[in-house]
Amino acid sequence: MGTSVFYFVATLSVFFALMVVFAKNPIHSVLYLILTFFTFTVHYILLNAQFLAVVNFIVYMGAIMVLFLFVLMLLNLNKENEPNKSMVLRIIGVIAGGCLAVTLIGSLRSVAISDPLVLKNPSLGLVENLGKELFGPFMLPFELSSLLLLSAMVGAVLLTKKEEKVNG
Amino acid sequence: MGSIFENMQGVPLNHYIWFCALIFTIGVMGVLIRRNAIIIFMSVELMLNAVNLLLAAFSVHHNDPSGQVFVFFIMALAAAEVAVGLSIIVMVYRNTQSIDINVLNRLKW
Repeated sequence: MGTSVFYFVATLSVFFALMVVFAKNPIHSVLYLILTFFTFTVHYILLNAQFLAVVNFIVYMGAIMVLFLFVLMLLNLNKENEPNKSMVLRIIGVIAGGCLAVTLIGSLRSVAISDPLVLKNPSLGLVENLGKELFGPFMLPFELSSLLLLSAMVGAVLLTKKEEKVNG
Repeated sequence: MGSIFENMQGVPLNHYIWFCALIFTIGVMGVLIRRNAIIIFMSVELMLNAVNLLLAAFSVHHNDPSGQVFVFFIMALAAAEVAVGLSIIVMVYRNTQSIDINVLNRLKW
């Protein structure tokens, strides 16, 4: 039963990812994206990366999805006049993506690393272990990422502010 | 929690690589065939997630927690990127009343 969980969840995520790309209505795309992120959370739990599972759940399914849905509702785009590319361009895009997939998978077939994934240290992905890593050797990047988030916040506010002089 | 992973032992690393390559390709395809800027953005998120999962899988494979720390940093970066990108999309919509990226082809010149 063990490994079949992985294949079941992987099939689900591929299906939902395809639906994100091919859904007509943008709202449906966002909802399928939420489901895709949920299956990724399940993947993290299956890898016993509990910290990443929780962070993925909070950041992606909480913050980012709310942002996407909020912007989509704000722009009022749920009418069916969404611009579509011509059929030829779509087919070319699918063929180009397929070529990329074939190249990646074909080149990785020759790499002989097919030994099964074995967790040697069961506490690898737990908060305690990652916290020691994060506040030990990765202290400086961790603090710098707070600067990154601050600048992103300021940038987002600045970008969405109305320029009164230009418009008025 | 440990018992869940006990059942999981034995998925070959290759299958993780193929799965992540597939998801990444679906993201690339989405960028290529859609013209709605928000959906292109979501496809980029899909690609980021595929890479994240692969990093976590390799971190388990090598028994090295640095991979999972990098996934954490990528998630922080993705949050910042989404905030700035969506505000750019809102600004574009306010100026052109559309989020069709073909409207932006004037940026070429």
